[in-house]
Amino acid sequence: MTILHGIGIILIIAITIAVGIPIGHYLYQLFGQETSKTDRFFLPMEKLLYRLIGVNPSVKMDWKAYLRALLIVNLVMMVFVYLVLRLQGFLPLNPSHKPGLSWDLAFNTATSFITNTNWQSYSGEQTLSYFSQMVGITFLQFTSAATGFVAAIAFLRALVAHKKEWIGNFWVDIIKIHTRVLLPVSVVFAVVFIALGVPQTLQGTAVVHTLSGHLQAISRGPIASLEVIKQFGTNGGGYMNANSAHPFEDPSAWTTVLEMVLMGSVSAGLVWTFGLMIKNRKQAIVLYVFLTAILLLGAFVIYASESAGNPLLTHLFGLQGPNMEGKEVRFGTSLSSVFAAMTTAFTTGAVNAMHDSFMPLGGMVPLVFMMFNLVFGGKGVGLLNILMFLIITVFLSGLMVGRTPEVFGKKIEAKEIKLATMAMLVHPFLILIPTALFLSTKSGIAMLGNPGLHGLSEMLYAFTSGAANNGSAFAGLSANNVFFNVTQGIVMILGRYVSLIAMFAIAGSLAKKAVTPNSVGTLKTDTFAFGGVFVAVFVIVGALTFFPALAIGPIGEHFSMWSALNGHP
Amino acid sequence: MVTVLRSVRFTLVFALVLGILYPLFVTLIGQTIFPYQANGSLVTWQGKPIGSMLIAQANTSPGLFSPRPSAVDYAANNSGATNFGPTNPALFKEVKANLLAVQKANPGIPVAAIPMDMVESSASGLDPDISIANATIQTVRIARVTHIKRSDLLRLIAQQEHHSFLGLWGSDYVNVLRLNLALLKKEAMRHHG
Amino acid sequence: MAKSTMMFSRKLGVTSTVEALKKMDPRMLIRNPVMFVVEIGAVNTLLLTIDPNLFGGHDSTSQRMYNLTVTIILVITILFGNFAEAVAEGRGKAQAESLRKTKTDLLAHRLQKDGIQEQVPATALRKGDLILVRAGEMIPADGEAIEGIGSVDESAITGESAPVIRGAGGDFSSVTGGTKLLSDELLIRITVDPGESFLDKMIALVEGASRQKTPNELALSVLLAGLTIIFLVVVATLLPMSYYIHYPIDIATLIALLVCLIPTTIGALLSAIGIAGMDRVIRFNVIAKSGKAVEAAGDINTLILDKTGTITIGNRLASEFMTVGDKRQQDLVQFAVLSSLFDETPEGRSVVELGKTYGIAPLREQFVDAMTIEFSADTRMSGLTLPDGTTIRKGAVDVIKKFALDHHGLVPEDLDEKTAQIAKAGGTPLAVLCNQDIYGLIYLKDIVKPGMKERFAELRRMGIKTVMCTGDNPLTAETIAKEAGVDDFIAQAKPEDKMRLIQSEQELGKLVAMSGDGTNDAPALAQADVGLAMNTGTSAAKEAGNMIDLDSDPTKLIEVVSIGKQLLITRGAITTFSIANDVAKYFAILPALFVGSIPALNALNIMRLSSPTHAIIAALIFNAVIIPCLIPLAMRGVKYRPMNATQLLMRNLLIYGLGGIVSPFIGIKLIDLLLQVIWGVH
Repeated sequence: MTILHGIGIILIIAITIAVGIPIGHYLYQLFGQETSKTDRFFLPMEKLLYRLIGVNPSVKMDWKAYLRALLIVNLVMMVFVYLVLRLQGFLPLNPSHKPGLSWDLAFNTATSFITNTNWQSYSGEQTLSYFSQMVGITFLQFTSAATGFVAAIAFLRALVAHKKEWIGNFWVDIIKIHTRVLLPVSVVFAVVFIALGVPQTLQGTAVVHTLSGHLQAISRGPIASLEVIKQFGTNGGGYMNANSAHPFEDPSAWTTVLEMVLMGSVSAGLVWTFGLMIKNRKQAIVLYVFLTAILLLGAFVIYASESAGNPLLTHLFGLQGPNMEGKEVRFGTSLSSVFAAMTTAFTTGAVNAMHDSFMPLGGMVPLVFMMFNLVFGGKGVGLLNILMFLIITVFLSGLMVGRTPEVFGKKIEAKEIKLATMAMLVHPFLILIPTALFLSTKSGIAMLGNPGLHGLSEMLYAFTSGAANNGSAFAGLSANNVFFNVTQGIVMILGRYVSLIAMFAIAGSLAKKAVTPNSVGTLKTDTFAFGGVFVAVFVIVGALTFFPALAIGPIGEHFSMWSALNGHP
Repeated sequence: MVTVLRSVRFTLVFALVLGILYPLFVTLIGQTIFPYQANGSLVTWQGKPIGSMLIAQANTSPGLFSPRPSAVDYAANNSGATNFGPTNPALFKEVKANLLAVQKANPGIPVAAIPMDMVESSASGLDPDISIANATIQTVRIARVTHIKRSDLLRLIAQQEHHSFLGLWGSDYVNVLRLNLALLKKEAMRHHG
Repeated sequence: MAKSTMMFSRKLGVTSTVEALKKMDPRMLIRNPVMFVVEIGAVNTLLLTIDPNLFGGHDSTSQRMYNLTVTIILVITILFGNFAEAVAEGRGKAQAESLRKTKTDLLAHRLQKDGIQEQVPATALRKGDLILVRAGEMIPADGEAIEGIGSVDESAITGESAPVIRGAGGDFSSVTGGTKLLSDELLIRITVDPGESFLDKMIALVEGASRQKTPNELALSVLLAGLTIIFLVVVATLLPMSYYIHYPIDIATLIALLVCLIPTTIGALLSAIGIAGMDRVIRFNVIAKSGKAVEAAGDINTLILDKTGTITIGNRLASEFMTVGDKRQQDLVQFAVLSSLFDETPEGRSVVELGKTYGIAPLREQFVDAMTIEFSADTRMSGLTLPDGTTIRKGAVDVIKKFALDHHGLVPEDLDEKTAQIAKAGGTPLAVLCNQDIYGLIYLKDIVKPGMKERFAELRRMGIKTVMCTGDNPLTAETIAKEAGVDDFIAQAKPEDKMRLIQSEQELGKLVAMSGDGTNDAPALAQADVGLAMNTGTSAAKEAGNMIDLDSDPTKLIEVVSIGKQLLITRGAITTFSIANDVAKYFAILPALFVGSIPALNALNIMRLSSPTHAIIAALIFNAVIIPCLIPLAMRGVKYRPMNATQLLMRNLLIYGLGGIVSPFIGIKLIDLLLQVIWGVH
């Protein structure tokens, strides 16, 4: 652990947040205002898309129409990609002649990518053709990010509406986010990635005779175009099995820093957009300060535990040094640690080191970040989770100051609490019940790559990742079987859409309400005191929910490890 | 029903734009401006492609630098890690085996001096880099086998060393293939010279 | 403290305990999901006491003792919760009992269509019946006086012993069943059917029978149910996980863990808090028609108050005589006093009184043959006409001016200026005239009630804007507004103006409260989110408002606001406390659960509890005992202090949040020590 590396970690997070602010401004211009300076340039292209798709951009939608369009188009895209994966063997751009996927793997993969989870029960270079990587994976990495994003935008519009029904036009929003944000950024940074060493080719596997005279088949493909949206869309599903630990996906310290900035900047920027929408920048600043502090804390906990190394190896063999199992030399412990913290905080799920081989506490931080699912969170959805917990916090603290709680001038009543509670229930259900279910079956236990308490963490991590739509894994788990693929598919769908629907219903209800002006008696949510309460509420609710499972997972493993060193079995 | 139809049209149009046009456009630019990187940073030795600069390859000759242990036996079409947890007995077994191999190949090295990247497997199984300490330890063996002076080898490492950005992001390391190619070049020069 | 002794009188204790036992009935308990879960848990542990291996396993019978202990603590937990509710209800019941006594066996003299009286029991009276009540009789039912005037003792309802005047016409015509007519005779039209009377409603209210959950309470119940479900999932999934690590946890312990985690503290006290809140309102002699109204009071943004009688003492008093033109002071005082000689209004009396200080004190006897002109809304002046035709008048300046001009008099040049002077100072000018000459002005001054300024300042700190409504001209209104310290005012207000103000404020999303008594206030009272009707007011007003103040003190609204806030704060505080408690309980129970399989987890046993069994029992006992400990707080309510919301939040979080985290650590440790003394160390 060095001070320079510590500064390096802080610097990455600082850059991410700083880049987020202009992005937040830009997004506000695009979606919070009637017209934008970029209209002149982009409108002709968008008008063409409107015509191709049959969209009337002047139609306004209420929350139900908006949500219906969102859900239907998601379903259609999911079915489309399911078919692409099943029919892979008959489709072009398949130089290695890879066969179609089994129904359960295709289902799991399609749900995984449509929900922005990017859980991968398959190994990318072994299973997918170039066509599937492009038309299946890359395609959904764009649209699932866009879906989460427009959901957040719609919610923000409802939040500032004054007795209105309309929250915008889904088609216009989702097309705009592609043409004006996702695509331009992806094109530019895909080229940057290529320059930094990420392959982008349609040629097949390269076969070489190595210096030692062995044959080596080197998988490659259109990686750069996937890599950039994988990060920028907080997707995380890699082209290769090793994900961003693979040198082709992430060849250097520079690319890994760039990947972190790409994954974090839009989610962080959305918080700024939120501040601009509600005309209260201080609110955004308060959220920034607390969420950034939590992110930094998490990153440093991992860094401390990884750089301290594995005491058992010292004890057994006399080896001394950081924990390098499952880490790459070019990243070292510091860049692996901050990446693990960010990929779970921003719900991306890409990994540049193997979380399964982290020290118990180092592996617990990603787990906890996914359980929170709101330390900035994934594209759009993170902000929705922040707002969900903000509503719960506002309700509790509103009671404490003797006023019917208001969030940004909108009264929070039984209906909103009912829906927010429903959204809050999603996580415990989807994480704990399947974990318990799989741990009590023989076939479930057979999937575990590690024995004992770490095995429990592995299963817990899998469903936490699915429920939080993160996609990273304690990858020792052998996940590709029908039982798991289907269960995880359902978990991912419920994890994504139940809370999304609940939040849309809240949006619909809030949009209709009048905005109450502030008074001295109104509880201000843009104070650091309130920010502290907000953190306390989600930390305590999260801790109370998951503490027992964590206690017999990573916490138990941690204490057992140290007591083993002290001579107790 | 209108929405379903519109959704189908959206899916087809955007699958074309995002899934075909966008990657092809990027491929076109990449192949034009950065063909070396775009095709996987393949390097040649004596006119033949011998691997990718970014991908580790198995080393069986004692006169060359060895990469880190790989959980997938350096299969560049099947990346992966051991995924052993920190308290997993299998980890201890693996590390012990790696340690014995290192000690066998480089006799006389005290355990405490062995860097962790030498005995613990990488995340991708294809980590092309090793720490400077790792490379330095191997110089003893290579000097013995190749009869190149150890000081020359150390100078070679220093020449090929990759420095981290201001010491902030990552540590100093050396690319094994790059180092081995430099080594081979040096050997060739010595033979010819 | 007299109150607290009453709160826990022995009689109340006994009846509440009986009630608490009755409330164990699952059909009643299911209304409270949190406590219902505890009951189901208790049933299970009871079964496990009878057969420890009911759900499989091969526990020895020594497990029985443990299971029994858990069962007993769970039952006690439920009883404590029921007891809290029973105590709250009991206090209302005692009040209802005394009210009910006034209602029994009343007889009425009903007038039939042909004018003949018949004696009928009060219960036979229907809406529209006419009855006659004589001095000394009880008024048998709610109604409206349509003939006669008399004094009524309303102490049975208001607790106020001084009799009030009730009579036909005007705003004082409504009478309440159960009150006693002290003098004269009243002809009353009955306005309600049996069972719907004010007294009936009041009894139902104080008994809590008609209590419905308020919106906030409903929202909180949902959240609590959500938390309960989360903990159910947490505990239920812990069992298979414990199988996975080959150390299954026994069911009784899991139930104990569940009960410790679900928010039993707030679940047990929630309805007691609501009942006690309503009760506090009633103690203030305010009848709230629903709990919702009380809660809404806590949210008020704007408070509309009438000037007269609310902000100022009802009457304006003469404080100065100002001559106009070249008139002499002496003459002005003379005519002013004469014009008021037979004027019985407080204003008139104050003119006569002020005249005395100028040495002018004419005797009434000298003017018995003069014609008295009484004040009327049409003429807006009063005075005397002497037998010789001399007309002496005082009245509104414009009326007197017109009177003078009509009689070919002159209007002194400085009259308008001086009128404006008085108006600007917040006074009311009355002009004095003799024949066609205007002599000057009487300066009637509005007196702001003592203490009003402080109360308005307090409201401002609560974030409530006050608006004063007055019929005065803007100048006068502004002065009074400034003197009283209200934020805004409407001058020359008509009833529609109040309505318009309420609507425009509500349009902005604000909640508005107002008080009123007249029939023309009724629409505004109904429109306002909180309408406090005066008990002395018309029945239309009382029907329209959602609260009735028995003391007819409009400033009570301020107390009602405080109570509304207090109600929410108490709920929030105990909820926070309840959830915060769980942190310590985890540290007590989790190491105990896994001590067999993961002994290293004893590192989490930071309280150093003596044994796993002790840890679980201690946490469970703490969980039960905290309920009765908090009953007084639930009854009394958390004190509300006007300060800004963030300060208030931090203050309450420090006490109930941090306190909620810390106190169980101490409590559980102490109980553990106690258990060691009783049971010995395991």
